[in-house]
Amino acid sequence: MSAALIVVALTLVAIGGATVVFTTDPARQAVTLSVFGLLLTLLFFVLQAPDVALSQLVVGAALVPLMVMLTVRKINQRSR
Amino acid sequence: MNRRARLSVFGLGAAGLAVLFALALAGMPDFGTSDHPYRDLAVPAAVAHDTANVVSSVNFDQRALDTLGEEVILLSAVVGATALLRPTPHETQRPPAPGGRVLDGTILMAYLLLPLTTLIGLDVVVHGHLTPGGGFQGGVVLATALHLLYLAGRYESLARLRPLDWYVWVEGSSAASFAGIGLVGLGLGSGFLANVAPHGSFQNLLSAGTVPILNVVTGGAVAGGAVVLLAQFLNQALGTTPQAAQKSAG
Repeated sequence: MSAALIVVALTLVAIGGATVVFTTDPARQAVTLSVFGLLLTLLFFVLQAPDVALSQLVVGAALVPLMVMLTVRKINQRSR
Repeated sequence: MNRRARLSVFGLGAAGLAVLFALALAGMPDFGTSDHPYRDLAVPAAVAHDTANVVSSVNFDQRALDTLGEEVILLSAVVGATALLRPTPHETQRPPAPGGRVLDGTILMAYLLLPLTTLIGLDVVVHGHLTPGGGFQGGVVLATALHLLYLAGRYESLARLRPLDWYVWVEGSSAASFAGIGLVGLGLGSGFLANVAPHGSFQNLLSAGTVPILNVVTGGAVAGGAVVLLAQFLNQALGTTPQAAQKSAG
């Protein structure tokens, strides 16, 4: 059962990572990165590492995408 | 160096890495076995200091020096980002333009979740030595809670709720207190960052000695650091205009 869960979580992380890489627009990439962060959280949780999962959730799914979005906004503002 | 030479250098490096990586993987213990030499040492050490959350014990007791290093890394990252992102003479500060329309549902959710998230952040920090979590995770949750105000479209109220100087002081003094608590251990003759406080009773709020104290201090440092860091990004994205853009507009 838990082995199946790990395989499912790993597959989701692989799909999520590929999606982030193949998203070309950085503003959209921030969103896919956030979803990828959630999938990684799921993987860490399945691997019985709740402390790491919590760190990943707050940093990978919330903090970093917000910084990316703000940076993209600033760059677009400059080029306009 | 032409493309061919670059590719061959890359190929050489990639092949070397692949060989070393394969050797390292071959030498690793099997996935999912119960053979964990480090766990066998870490768990009794955590229980000896009455720390229920072994991960917290590793982070703030057994390897507290590493966490101090991480805290200094965060501090330097915040200082570096603040120095890089400060408005230059070529940019003008302007009051942020009132944002577009925000959905009523988003505003409601943001206001509902603000107190809830703050509470969860405090809970994660305070119970770091008992349940999963700790100063780092809780600190970031606290910082994110504050930024729900930005989601609600109220950048002004975020700016008002965020006297930045305070967060700068919280960040700096918390990081310094971490080192200070370490020096107390040194002064008492037990060694730098040794767990010198009374251990209390296992699985109680007052247990694990210095671990909860260091958790709270780390929570302050991380929350302050994340708020200061995000404030620089927000200020750059919303509060400053490059001169060039203004000229072309006017």
